[in-house]
Amino acid sequence: MVENKTASLCGKNILGLEYFSQEEIESVLQTAVEMKNIIHRDIKKVPTLRGKAIVNLFYEPSTRTRTSFELAGKYLGADVINITAGSSSIVKGESLRDTLLTIEDMGIDAIVMRHKAEGAAEYAAKIVKPVIINAGDGAHAHPSQGLLNLFTIRQYKGDFKGLKYAILGDISHSRVARSDIWGMRKMGIEVHLAGPRTLIPRFLYKEKGIFIHDHIEDAIKNADVINVLRIQTERQKSGLFPSTREYARIFGLNEQRLSLAKKDVLVMHPGPMNKGWEISPQIAYSTHSAIQEQVKNGVAVRMALLALVLTGGKHDEIIA
Amino acid sequence: MKLLLKGGKVIDPANNINKIADVLIENGKITDIRENLSIDDGKTIDVTDKIVVPGLIDMHTHMREPGQEAKEDFVSGSRAAAAGGYTTIASMPNTKPVVDSSIIIKGLKQRAATDAIVNIEIIGALTKGQKGMELAEIGDMSQAGAVAFSDDGHYVQNSKVLLNGLDYLRPFDKIIISHAEETSLVEDGVMNEGKKSAMLGLNGRPTVAEDIAVMRDILLAEYADAPIHIAHISTRHAIELVRQAKQRGIKVSAEVTPHHLTMTEDMVDITDSCTKVNPPLRTTEDTDAAVTGLLDGTIDAIVTDHSPHAEEEKDKEYQYAPSGFPGLETALGVLLTDLYHTGKITLPLLIEKMTAGPAKLFKLNKGTLSKNSTADITVIDTQKEWTVDNTKFYTRGTHSPFVGRKLKGKAIMTIVSGRIIMQNGIIID
Repeated sequence: MVENKTASLCGKNILGLEYFSQEEIESVLQTAVEMKNIIHRDIKKVPTLRGKAIVNLFYEPSTRTRTSFELAGKYLGADVINITAGSSSIVKGESLRDTLLTIEDMGIDAIVMRHKAEGAAEYAAKIVKPVIINAGDGAHAHPSQGLLNLFTIRQYKGDFKGLKYAILGDISHSRVARSDIWGMRKMGIEVHLAGPRTLIPRFLYKEKGIFIHDHIEDAIKNADVINVLRIQTERQKSGLFPSTREYARIFGLNEQRLSLAKKDVLVMHPGPMNKGWEISPQIAYSTHSAIQEQVKNGVAVRMALLALVLTGGKHDEIIA
Repeated sequence: MKLLLKGGKVIDPANNINKIADVLIENGKITDIRENLSIDDGKTIDVTDKIVVPGLIDMHTHMREPGQEAKEDFVSGSRAAAAGGYTTIASMPNTKPVVDSSIIIKGLKQRAATDAIVNIEIIGALTKGQKGMELAEIGDMSQAGAVAFSDDGHYVQNSKVLLNGLDYLRPFDKIIISHAEETSLVEDGVMNEGKKSAMLGLNGRPTVAEDIAVMRDILLAEYADAPIHIAHISTRHAIELVRQAKQRGIKVSAEVTPHHLTMTEDMVDITDSCTKVNPPLRTTEDTDAAVTGLLDGTIDAIVTDHSPHAEEEKDKEYQYAPSGFPGLETALGVLLTDLYHTGKITLPLLIEKMTAGPAKLFKLNKGTLSKNSTADITVIDTQKEWTVDNTKFYTRGTHSPFVGRKLKGKAIMTIVSGRIIMQNGIIID
């Protein structure tokens, strides 16, 4: 692991895991280990980012991601401001470009951005100088989620080698799935996709290390980790599957299906869950579930990201 | 007033002419094409090593009049046309309001007569408000001078409405131009559905949407025994369908854009909406099929689908930006660079698809250098190297995927009715 310590993320825009090297992912994961210790301290405040200003610019609702980025910044001593679409000039029709330029002029160091349009974060990175951290852009990418999933897997499995990772549900509309695909593949993990065929992109078949299954049982079989995606009711309304009842019966993760996986299978979910639809409540709260741990790890990974991009950028230089 | 273009290579596909000759223009007409012409009075211009062709015709542009002048108008659009070597362009009716009545046709013609420096043809809407429900007054608009009818931008979803249009237009001798993309399959799509859209998470516009639409249009044209023209064809299957239909004698024709001949989905940059266009950029198999379609006569014309938008409309998130980009000033350069200089297509065939081809489809008395025809002429320097610079555009649309490209070949002179309106890139008002 020593050789990985040289990867510098100083000033890097965190747009998607397709832009990360294996070394850079390692650097984040290692830094996050130390960051997680801070969360457990009585006094959760370190001066790493003292004097830095971070804006959370959220065009879409969020509980986990926004709160964890805010806490991550605050635990590291930065000043964090939240801007949400409903309570800003965005409702007056201000364009994304102008909103970004306005924020930049206030002397901000990083902008954490959640937006409905794919590519919005990358577009922002072209317009303004502060570091852009993509907290989700449409169905494109959610890199911090991909990283926290990797972090959680390492925590339980120790090693990524030879793991079978299954993603179940709405792959087409999922930024989590796309970031997982990039992240897992970079770390050498096999990715198996399954769900209603109306929710699986048509053109991923020939990608190396990606397997698409007609039956979710085949994706679950011998899986080491299962990531269950949130199913949105609007997908049913637009005719992509007949009913949530049928979804639960045919595509939901229940105990019977889970028994096909490895004995020590880990179950993840990016949240918020529709318990009883895509995942049974028994599994969500079972010993296989890492769902609550993911939330905790989310703060640690986001602390690591903020610390790395806003300081010297190297794992071994960050004093936690 | 006489004008003599001396020493150029004359390519006039309509008359199968491809030779060195001098072109004499008198009182706005072409009066002689021969070797070793000379005049005592008037002006002689040496065009040795240059190509003299009929003025280029673009039957698919968006001049945005009336109502969207922030994007373009006849003043800016016609100057862009002149700069690109075009002498006649047709403007699509998806404007505000929609061009769906004779009074608007007449008003636009009047405005074009004062504002435009090239010939402007007006395409009327096929249906009222381009809503696809009821036929617009296409007879009345025909008599007011509409050149063709189209709901461009929208597919005429209702087959009965299109069939009615095909039948009704018979005595008026005008063609329908179909924007062939089955609506239900492209609703939220912003790029070609393929591997790239799958990885980016963008909603796709599948090729099958165009294939189905083209097939239905062909079947209706066959049933009505009436002509249908497929706008901006972009998929290999659709091109094959047109090929087979032509072999069966169905009155179908097709046009293709420079971008569907030369660009693919791989060029989509999620941060820059300059590649966003409908139909979307496809794949190499499709661009290859389009070139083949030109070579074997399946595709009749090259059009730009010049679709300028205001800077602030285009400079935003990919999915929120409107589709389309300007093409009048880059088309010839792109085609010469990517198709002619690469040996994929000969100069006479390329010129035919930009002159005689569209003129024949739209029954325009243009697109030729025949004696006594109106002197609409373009002079091309096929060797001129230049770089696309949108700060030098005449069009108001600045977001072009061709910006920065190094091209070889350019129109260096545009003549409309015997008058030079562009020389070496400079518009002469």
